[in-house]
Amino acid sequence: MTRDEKKNKRLVGLFLLGWVVFNFPILSLFDLDRMIFGIPLLYVYIFGAWALLIVLMALNTGVRASKFKGHTDK
Amino acid sequence: MLETGTILFVSFGYMGLLFAIAYYGDKRADAGRSIISNPYIYALSLAVYCTAWTFLGSVGFAVRSGLGFLAIYIGPTLMTMLGWLVLRKIIRISKIHRITSIADFIASRYGKSTTLGGIVTFIAVIGVIPYIALQLKAVSTTFLLISQSTKIGFAEISIFGDTAFYIALILALFAILFGTRHLDAAERHEGLVAAIAFESIVKLAAFLSLGIFVTYVTHNGFADLFHKASLFSDLKKTFTLHTNGQVPGGLEEFLTLNAQGQSYLDWFMLLMLSMLAIILLPRQFQVAVVENVNEEHLNKAIWLFPLYLLAINLFVLPVAFSGMLKFPDGSVDADTFVLRLPMVERQPLLALFVFIGGMSAATGMVIVETVALSTMLCNHIVMPILLRLPIPFFSQRTDFSGLLLAIRRGSIILVLMCGYEYFHFISEFYVSLVSIGLVSFAAVAQFAPAILGGIFWKGATRSGAIAGLIAGFTVWVYTLFLPSLVQAGLIPQEFVNHGPFGIDLLRPFQLFGLMNFDRYGHSFFWSMLFNVAIYVGVSIFSRPRAIDHTQAALFVDVFKYSGEASETQFLRGTAPLPDLRSLLERFLGRKRANEALKNYAVRHNINWDYSLTADAGMVSYAEKLLAGTIGSASARVMVSSIVKEEALGIEEVLNILDETRQVIAYSRDLEKATAELKEANRRLEELDRLKDDFISTVTHELRTPLTSIRSLAEILNANPNIDQKQHENFTGIIIKESERLTRLINVVLDYEKIESAQMTWVIAPVDLKEIIQDAAASTRQLLTDKQVTMDLDLPEISPKVSGDRDRLVQVMVNLISNAVKFCDSDRGFITIRLKPNSDRIQVDVQDNGIGIKPEDQAKIFEKFRQVKDPTRGRPFGTGIGLSITKRIIDFHHGKIWVESEPGRGSTFSFTLPTARE
Repeated sequence: MTRDEKKNKRLVGLFLLGWVVFNFPILSLFDLDRMIFGIPLLYVYIFGAWALLIVLMALNTGVRASKFKGHTDK
Repeated sequence: MLETGTILFVSFGYMGLLFAIAYYGDKRADAGRSIISNPYIYALSLAVYCTAWTFLGSVGFAVRSGLGFLAIYIGPTLMTMLGWLVLRKIIRISKIHRITSIADFIASRYGKSTTLGGIVTFIAVIGVIPYIALQLKAVSTTFLLISQSTKIGFAEISIFGDTAFYIALILALFAILFGTRHLDAAERHEGLVAAIAFESIVKLAAFLSLGIFVTYVTHNGFADLFHKASLFSDLKKTFTLHTNGQVPGGLEEFLTLNAQGQSYLDWFMLLMLSMLAIILLPRQFQVAVVENVNEEHLNKAIWLFPLYLLAINLFVLPVAFSGMLKFPDGSVDADTFVLRLPMVERQPLLALFVFIGGMSAATGMVIVETVALSTMLCNHIVMPILLRLPIPFFSQRTDFSGLLLAIRRGSIILVLMCGYEYFHFISEFYVSLVSIGLVSFAAVAQFAPAILGGIFWKGATRSGAIAGLIAGFTVWVYTLFLPSLVQAGLIPQEFVNHGPFGIDLLRPFQLFGLMNFDRYGHSFFWSMLFNVAIYVGVSIFSRPRAIDHTQAALFVDVFKYSGEASETQFLRGTAPLPDLRSLLERFLGRKRANEALKNYAVRHNINWDYSLTADAGMVSYAEKLLAGTIGSASARVMVSSIVKEEALGIEEVLNILDETRQVIAYSRDLEKATAELKEANRRLEELDRLKDDFISTVTHELRTPLTSIRSLAEILNANPNIDQKQHENFTGIIIKESERLTRLINVVLDYEKIESAQMTWVIAPVDLKEIIQDAAASTRQLLTDKQVTMDLDLPEISPKVSGDRDRLVQVMVNLISNAVKFCDSDRGFITIRLKPNSDRIQVDVQDNGIGIKPEDQAKIFEKFRQVKDPTRGRPFGTGIGLSITKRIIDFHHGKIWVESEPGRGSTFSFTLPTARE
């Protein structure tokens, strides 16, 4: 139960993080007319932050679960 | 480029493949070897969220309003992070209560209300049919495009010449075959889910192929494409090409969220809308909750699904740019870029693949949505009406199972045909795919307060939910649905421009003059405001019924009440077994009813031959079985028609619900008991320590006289011719010390006797004055030794008290010697006073010694207690003298206390009741 609760809290934390990075005003900081490697900054930022959130979610839930499963499989 | 025949062949071939996959999935499920029971298939089935709107419309949306389209996919990403909290709770509740649709969920939460189920179904159908129409429109448009038909307006095509019509028919067939195979909707549709997951793979692969082709084959990667796009927009600015509102001014505007006609507020609203849609759309509820095989799959799915969304959106902007470069004059509908690009590039195979991808996106959505809607229509609109009709055909019918299936199949066809009609006559007038989708999103968002409030707030009531839903839906109709009819020409344009009857304040897109939102955000804001405010307000001011309480508790505390055993505590009804059996047979069919009853009997060890009544647990089991088939509200009605419900008073229910409070109270009691035990233990430890002190004190007190006796005796023994005077002196000391020893031992023995209540008391009327004088006489030696003076202040005559003379003498001796002990030599002064009152007689023993600190005053009468004074070192005495004194006084029904001030002496006083003559 405690592991669940921990997971719960982390996910809610991630949600709040996502809420902040994908909303005004943080979003407006990247809303500039600038290119990174020829790709517009806002585009890079949105997809980058999105991917990062997914990786964090996977780290929090998926990877650990599969590791655990891997043990039992052996 | 492509023969119409080829396209048709491939399309129908693809549909055939879907049928095969669904068939295989069902076969495997029947064999008990599910192919969908893993998180990957679950995540893919969630991707039914990505419809033709995503596949075709995202590009159009991007062309019109830049990066704003991403909000529709980031919202669900954020929601899945809360999924563990929200979705898991909804899944758990639905599994326990055999909930089959979102209407069922809401109805069941608010006391299994038939009305509420009907309202939710109505809203869902009205809200979602345009969305289904959108999918059919997409299929039809892309088909016309790829087969390069010259006809553009759909209205010109007869129904029977329209591909979308046949696609709709095939989809209806598919939904009927794989969506209504079983009656118990809670027995998931594995084949259907397998097909949906497959479609999700196809649409992703198709879009990625197109994206990679456009980005890396026709252009040289992302950077190149963005570079060209920026040149293009500069160029366009120079030449000021005509813009018909479809092409934005420049790249900067394209890539900002704060351009004209776009704002962070819109982005925020889209985020909110899509967050809610991901759990509230009937099809999402169907795949995420009803078709969920195992709660644990959510674990992986909550990051796999966002990953899917990210992947399918990665190339939207490149495709959009590419399309704008290819069709710079804005004459081509941006919603069709996806298909036009490979066609213009002369890639027939890719075009075909993209077409199939679009079709899979559309069909997947339509199939799931119609199955979900048909379940809702059947269980929450048709059945409640049929069951209430006073027509003997229905009320006396013994087997409903066939009829139920027929109703459900009929509903599927009805929903699809409504969708088709809507598409054919109205949706043509919509500007874009996205606009239709967002209208649906805003409609289903109305369920949010009722559902989210329902699972986290026990105080939410049925009336609140009904009122909130109706209010929100009304606002939605006014601000989005009616204007859509304006576009179709059914309502005059005046309505939108100047409001009804020319009232400006009521313009549907600027209600009450609110201007800051786009029309979807605007509608969402007002409908949610009314919905939530009325939902909460009415809930607070309405009185819940008993069943509302029960359901609220079962839903909100689902993780606490999981399991059958704990749930039956809420049930009281019993029913005659034959009635229950025939009820089940009516709706499930004889075979499945028998199977279900047998299962229950085996699990609960019941022999049907001996029992004729079904207990509460059994009744609840039957109700859930029925709920899976006809919805919780109807099941409730049916079951309560045969159940002899014991009067379940509100008190009783509240008592049950109060269980929590009881548990809390119990744990508080436990805490209190623990605290008491701790205190007792502490006291015991203290006593133990005091006893140790006592023993060491007694030993010390015994050893001192013993040592002197022994050494004197040894001297006498070693020196037989010691002189007479010396001899007398020594023996005198020996005698005195022996007496002291005897006294000490007597004290200890007395104490022991008192403690074990073995003391024999000789009660007779005694004169306290005499007692005090005796005690003073016997302690005279002690006083002279320490040079302490004593003054007796005694009245002429004093009333007698009844008591044990010897013990009372002991009390006085103890008090006097105690006073002496703490007096300084030379200037010590003790006063003893006797004050007869009316019925009591008081004795004070006052000294001018060191006094007792206030905090010690209460303790000194406890046994083994010695007041320690660091400056005086070890006190003498055993520490039991005062304790014994108190016992004796207590025995005589008297009272003893001390008044003292450190440094100014103390006064020990006791009172004894005077003897009645």
